[in-house]
Amino acid sequence: MSESPSTIGEAELQAWVDGRLDDARRAHVDAWLDARPDEAERLAAYRAARDQLHAVYDPILEETVPAALLRAPARRWRAAAAIAGWIALGAAVGGIAGWELRAERPGAAVARTEMPILAHRAALAHATYAPEVRHPVEVGADQEPHLIAWLSKRLGAAVKAPQLGAEGLALVGGRLLPRDPGPVAQFMYQNAQGQRVTLYVRTEAPEQRETAFRYAHDGNVRVFYWIDRKFGYALSSSDLEREQLLRLANVVYRQLNP
Amino acid sequence: MSDAQSLIALIPRLRRYARALVGDRAAADDLVQDTLERAWSKLHLFRYGTDLRAWLFTVMHNVHVNQVRSARPTDALDEEMPELAQRAAQGDALIVRDLDRAIAALPAPQREVLLLVALEDLSYEQAATVLGIPIGTVMSRLARAREKLRTLMYGKSATKLQVVK
Repeated sequence: MSESPSTIGEAELQAWVDGRLDDARRAHVDAWLDARPDEAERLAAYRAARDQLHAVYDPILEETVPAALLRAPARRWRAAAAIAGWIALGAAVGGIAGWELRAERPGAAVARTEMPILAHRAALAHATYAPEVRHPVEVGADQEPHLIAWLSKRLGAAVKAPQLGAEGLALVGGRLLPRDPGPVAQFMYQNAQGQRVTLYVRTEAPEQRETAFRYAHDGNVRVFYWIDRKFGYALSSSDLEREQLLRLANVVYRQLNP
Repeated sequence: MSDAQSLIALIPRLRRYARALVGDRAAADDLVQDTLERAWSKLHLFRYGTDLRAWLFTVMHNVHVNQVRSARPTDALDEEMPELAQRAAQGDALIVRDLDRAIAALPAPQREVLLLVALEDLSYEQAATVLGIPIGTVMSRLARAREKLRTLMYGKSATKLQVVK
């Protein structure tokens, strides 16, 4: 052991905690700490807190970035458009952004109340996650049993992911979304052309009856939705045409009610 | 990668820092949104070859300081925010709450320094530049933040910081 130095400033100790000393200085501080258990304990606690910070906040790096943040420049256009008036706004911006803009146009409140919450939330969730390239789902289809078990547990009811391979659609995976009361599940499917379909599944109150298929569209997201005993379902896509989506909804319905 | 692509790639980092800084998820994403808007409009002022991440944290710091100063009402747009993914692992909820609480209890200037250095791994010099303070102030705030956090989280009475002569 090298001789124990007597003077080490707090700044250098902080740099030791942060692992920013060169080898010589680090050895110097190590030797100093060997002779001072109280100080060693204090610095060890600082390091533990640093590790804990990462343990707690690093998962945010893996979260899907909310679409609103990726559209920051579009939001500025919207501010400009607001000044110019609402003329042709939806048509000009189009796509998902245009869809979100509807809420701010006069008369949007009417459209909103006409669109049932199930279809609306499903369309919103579809528009948010279907364009995702890196993080379309939380749990991938490679862990399907885990995905199903997890979603069933969180929804408090046995959830199934329909197999749509015969329709050319492979399961990408799924995610859990918060809702009041209770969370909802979203499954995502994709065909060889990269076109995506999502199935939104929520639990229903026991008194809910079954309903026929209903159709709604929100901007460019088309949705077929229905309630079947314990569950409410909504099948959404902005890639497939209405007829294709209806056919798919029938397949899903039959699979879930063998 | 263009500046714009680099900026988008850094959004997760901005979200992590913002969440730790302001605690609340929605408020944190608001801060990121405001930061991005400002950054997009000022991107031409960013000097090529310097650290984009440090520059973005500088922008966020300024936006945050202004927000805290004016404590503006929340943006009505928030109601239209998409549903956000819940974290799959629920087991760490306790740590989150405790650490959140301890971090929130730090004075904002100490919190910023601690997070920029210990979480975001900025150099002491970068942290000084981001916050517009001398490096000596970075070091003293860092030391105070760590000691306060230790007291809050481990219930230890703060040992007197002293430079051993």
